[in-house]
Amino acid sequence: MSVFDPYAPSRDTTEGTVYSVTGGDWDSLVQEIGSTKEERVVVNMGPQHPSPHGVLRLVLELEGETVTEARAGIGYLHTGIEKNMEYRSWTQGTTFVTRMDYLSPLFNETAYCLAVEKLLGITQDVPERASVIRVMMMELNRISSHMVALGTGALELGAISPMFFAFREREIVLDIFEMISGLRMNMAYVRPGGVQQDLPEGAIPKIREAVKLMRKNFKDNTTLLVGNSIWMKRTQGIGYLDLAGCTTLGITGPVLRSTGLPWDLRKMQPYCGYEDYNFDVITADTCDVYGRFLIRMNELEQSLRIIEQALDKLEKLEGAPVMVADKKIAWPAQLAMGGDGLGNSLNHIREIMGTSMESLIHHFKLVTEGFHVPAGQVYAAIESPRGELGAQVVSDGGTKPYRMHFREPSFNNLQATPAMSEGGMVADIIGAVASIDPVMGGVDR
Amino acid sequence: MFGAKGTGDTSGYGGLIRTAASTGSSERPYGSYFDEVADDLERAYPMFSEAIERVVVDRGELTLHVKREKLVEVSKILRDSLKFEMCMGVSGVHYPTDAGRELHAVYPLLSLTNNRRIRLEVSVPDLDPHIPSVVEVWAGNNWHEREVFDMFGIIFDGHPGLTRILMPDDWQGHPQRKDYALGGIPVEYKGATTPPPNERRSYK
Amino acid sequence: MGLEEKIPSGFVLTTVEKLAGYMRKNSLWPATFGLACCAIEMMAVGSAAKYDISRFGMEVFRASPRQADLMIVAGRVSNKMAPVLRQIYDQMAAPKWVIAMGACASSGGMFNNYAIVQGVDHVVPVDIYLPGCPPRPEMLLDAILKLHSKIYDEKLGSNRAQIIKEVELAAMNAKPTIEMKGLLA
Repeated sequence: MSVFDPYAPSRDTTEGTVYSVTGGDWDSLVQEIGSTKEERVVVNMGPQHPSPHGVLRLVLELEGETVTEARAGIGYLHTGIEKNMEYRSWTQGTTFVTRMDYLSPLFNETAYCLAVEKLLGITQDVPERASVIRVMMMELNRISSHMVALGTGALELGAISPMFFAFREREIVLDIFEMISGLRMNMAYVRPGGVQQDLPEGAIPKIREAVKLMRKNFKDNTTLLVGNSIWMKRTQGIGYLDLAGCTTLGITGPVLRSTGLPWDLRKMQPYCGYEDYNFDVITADTCDVYGRFLIRMNELEQSLRIIEQALDKLEKLEGAPVMVADKKIAWPAQLAMGGDGLGNSLNHIREIMGTSMESLIHHFKLVTEGFHVPAGQVYAAIESPRGELGAQVVSDGGTKPYRMHFREPSFNNLQATPAMSEGGMVADIIGAVASIDPVMGGVDR
Repeated sequence: MFGAKGTGDTSGYGGLIRTAASTGSSERPYGSYFDEVADDLERAYPMFSEAIERVVVDRGELTLHVKREKLVEVSKILRDSLKFEMCMGVSGVHYPTDAGRELHAVYPLLSLTNNRRIRLEVSVPDLDPHIPSVVEVWAGNNWHEREVFDMFGIIFDGHPGLTRILMPDDWQGHPQRKDYALGGIPVEYKGATTPPPNERRSYK
Repeated sequence: MGLEEKIPSGFVLTTVEKLAGYMRKNSLWPATFGLACCAIEMMAVGSAAKYDISRFGMEVFRASPRQADLMIVAGRVSNKMAPVLRQIYDQMAAPKWVIAMGACASSGGMFNNYAIVQGVDHVVPVDIYLPGCPPRPEMLLDAILKLHSKIYDEKLGSNRAQIIKEVELAAMNAKPTIEMKGLLA
């Protein structure tokens, strides 16, 4: 009996000889494969591979350069976030969901918070300023997310400069996030009932400046890629998926809009007051990678438009609350940087420690135990940069979720990989997967 | 809002049994477009009363509790006649105390034509966790059903390849069921040990 | 003006250890091992946007582990990914180093559950633990610079064997964390 050696250069299986390529001599390998009569070659790509986003594994069946069968293997980043949340309070949940799809943390938080608010029945009580801040933050996040999608997508197809520009723009957005929430990523800023804290002083002029700068900067990538003949040869007609394919596979987001259907939840089923903003739903009718690329490029401008309108609204709503008035839900302290560098207001501590026993008990109960959410189940969906992000939340009336489930657009859309790439060339799989823009943290959760 | 309810176990140390209440059937009129959906379905599907166990309207969302034998039939009618073209996946929920209907599968549906959402819910006993697969109706449910199988052990009959998707192939158990421990380890730091979250002092 | 004017008669004496350390630290090639959120910050460091890792001669992230000698484990390692990670580590040619980037790779972070390996040091030996969730790009640069100085001072041959022995002995005799009292003592 032979001992299984995972590092052997080749081994025989029921499916034929399996070769492990570990960066050795390709020529000898090609010769060896060529000497066999086997026509069918199965190539395993990933989970550690530079081209698919993150830890995606693709099992490709090839005939020459043509892909006859493609399968995606996922789960290499499964984190158990949904289960972990069942042991944490509703407020702590935002800290977990923000780490799911790490390119669009604010969308995860907002979907979760909208669902919790629906369960609590306080959807109408969320202050307008909180909703406007959410919209502004989400649209900023859409820019940074699309930027990474464009940058890495271009990098994977061999264009390096767009990535530099994309990450430059992303840094501008992350600086704003850091100014507002204190964190560049994973900020847990949106909380059930509102947002964690108000904008810091001088935030609005700074964001206006950033918007102006970004509008100018976006032209760099536009001039690099739009109409670029190499880029168009790599993307046009690649990764074709039409409307029928999208609906049957449940695909939403830029991939669905690239078929010409203007389906955008911000317009169709508005939330957070999106009905009050002027913006266009960008579509393309080419159903291919280039169309999706153009949609993302043009959505950047729409996001800037929404941010500007949000800033106008925020100026009018100066000083308005950013958290529901119900003190049984709202975090008790208004956060402020104390002398010790920690974020609790000294006035609040002085009040609860010195004057009101009830406030102290209330503070303690709310922070350690959390609030109760009436039993029931809801589904709240928002338009994330990748498509419909749905939060399916079940409560048993306790202080912790009974069951959390996220309908992740990346998870769902990644199913389209075979439909988009079978029959095409190996090199085009990369473009097709990049146009879906899956984020493995969201796929595996 | 605060305080212990139910068992009154204020010690907070383990032993707390968590149950989620299942709501009863809603009365007509359901409000919004829900009456229309129910009427249309009744018209298009004569066996409505047999197949639909309950119609629940809660927090502005319509849930149809469907018998598992009829799930595929109802799905086809919903897709073809009522234009619910998209199924946004399936999510499992485990209610260990709900005897005979421990495992629930929840399917949110979306109609692009009418811009409507409804939800299907199917419940099965733990001892016979079989639900017919709707992959032939909505192909996009393929991975979602594999995920629910992986996490809850619900077997979707007729699925083209029901295997684990997120956990390793040789994993034992179905992690998101309530009888599966969270699986954390105690953390030691400077003389103190913090137990994993599922073994900590907890509030109901 | 340059270094050569400071060198008497055009030659310089040093030890083989120092020379090898100097060479090694300045030709560190990281493997791309992006897993989760930290990978995006790692990419931010890698792209020339603001942080520009090429100042330290490391901008070429190698896709193949054979051509890399630094593995930056950027993100949470799941039980499904752990064998893959180990295989990639084994495929890297020695000498090789590992940075556990972020709380998850260092200790499992906030995900103390069934799915996540509680620290990548269960799978591969780690040289630098970098805290943060995710760490700022500057923190990653700092970790890399610390690793550089560690590599620079690395001993060779019998000296190295001696140091390994001492370190192992110290680890064996170290107080377990459960007995450490810290401020409680």
